[in-house]
Amino acid sequence: MSRHEVVTPIPGVFYRKPDPESPNFVKAGQAVAAEDTIGLVEVMKSFHPVPAGVAGKVVDYIVEGESVVDAGQAVLALEVER
Amino acid sequence: MTVELRTAGLSTTIQDSGRSGYYNVGIPPSGALDQYSLTAANYLVGNPADAAVLECAYMGPELHFTESTVVAVTGADMPPRLNGEPRPQWESFPVSSGDVLDFGFITAGARAYVGVVGGIDVPEALGSRSTYATAGLGGLDGRPLAAGDVLPIGQSRSAIAGRTVPEDLRPKFSKDLEVRVVMGLYDHVLTPDGRKTFLDTIWTLTPVADRTGFRYTGGKLELIERTPPFGAGQDPSNIVDAPYPIGSIQVPGGVEPILLHRDAVSGGGYMMVGTVISVDLDVVGQSAPNTRTQFVEVSLDEALDARRAYRKRIQRLAESCS
Repeated sequence: MSRHEVVTPIPGVFYRKPDPESPNFVKAGQAVAAEDTIGLVEVMKSFHPVPAGVAGKVVDYIVEGESVVDAGQAVLALEVER
Repeated sequence: MTVELRTAGLSTTIQDSGRSGYYNVGIPPSGALDQYSLTAANYLVGNPADAAVLECAYMGPELHFTESTVVAVTGADMPPRLNGEPRPQWESFPVSSGDVLDFGFITAGARAYVGVVGGIDVPEALGSRSTYATAGLGGLDGRPLAAGDVLPIGQSRSAIAGRTVPEDLRPKFSKDLEVRVVMGLYDHVLTPDGRKTFLDTIWTLTPVADRTGFRYTGGKLELIERTPPFGAGQDPSNIVDAPYPIGSIQVPGGVEPILLHRDAVSGGGYMMVGTVISVDLDVVGQSAPNTRTQFVEVSLDEALDARRAYRKRIQRLAESCS
C-alpha cells in the first residue's frame, strides 16, 4: 500500500459534503472507486465534483470544508495498491 | 483544418473582441474578459487583433490537431503541454497533425487564451464570433464547448513560430489588486462614511464570479436616509431602473458589491456606486476567488490617460510581435 493525494484540478472553495445537512462524501477507512466524488469545488457560481481519480481506501481529508483551495492542491489522502 | 476537443476543461468558450452596438437592446458585448491577452494571442500567430480564440477558465481543454499549424497561449499561468512536453506561454509554437495540446494546473490568473493561425472560424452572429451563452448567441451553437466538439479554423497564411511577447509586456497576475474606478452615477446614495468604506475596504472576491459579474465581500456601506423614488422598490439601495455600464459596481443592500463584466445584464434597479475604468477590466477578468481587491478612485481625465497608455502598450505589443 502507498499514500496517494487527491488534488483538485480547479481553484475555488472546497466542500466535503454535497449540502450542509448531509454527511461528508467519504470517511476514513472507506473504499472508493476512481470515479467516486470525494468533494466539491465552488467556482464561477457552480459546484464541480472532485473525483477520487484512483481506487483506494480513504485515510482522511487534508483540507477543511469551505476552505479556499488552489488548483493542484491536495484535498484527500488515500491508501492505494502499488 | 479543424481542431477537436478531447476534453473541454471547466468552461471553454470562443471569444473575440466582442459584439458592440446591441447593448441598448439587452445584448452585452461579450468577448474576451482579458482583451490584452486576446490581442497578444492573435498577434503571436499573425492574426488580426480581434480574431476569435479560445478562452479557458481555470482549467484548460485537451485539443487534438488534424493539420500542422502554429498556436500561442497567453493569459493566466496555465502551463501548455504538447504531447505531454512543456511549451512556453506568450510565445508562438508549431503543432503537427496528430498532436495533442493540454494544460497543467492554473497557478495565477483565471483565464488562459489559445490563439490559432487563421482564428476559430465559426459563423459571426451580429458581427462577432464571441459566445454569449446566456442567450445562446455566437460561438459554437451559442454555448461553452464540450468534449467531441470540432472547431473550424480559418484560412491560414504561412505562420511563424517563435514569436515572443517581451517580458515587460506580459501582465503579472496578483492576488492583491488595485482596480481604478470612476465614482458614480449613484454614489450620492451613500453617506460620506459609506463612500469612504467602499474605497478603503479590501474586498475579497467570492466564488460567485463568472463572465457576467464578480461578487465581493468585505464590508457594509452606509446609505443616506431617503424615501425611495416612485417605482424603485423598498430597499434604500434601489434606484429607478437605469442602464448598467460594463464595469459598473452595484451594491444591493449596501453589501457584497457586484462588478459587471462583458456578459452583463444591460440594466436594472440597483445603485451603481462606481465604474471600473475600461483598461482595468482585463485584470478583473483574471482575478480568481479570494483575490483581495481595493477600488481606487480616479478622475475621468485619469481614466482617459490610462486608456491612452494602454493603447501605446498594445502598439508596442504589435511591433514586438511583427
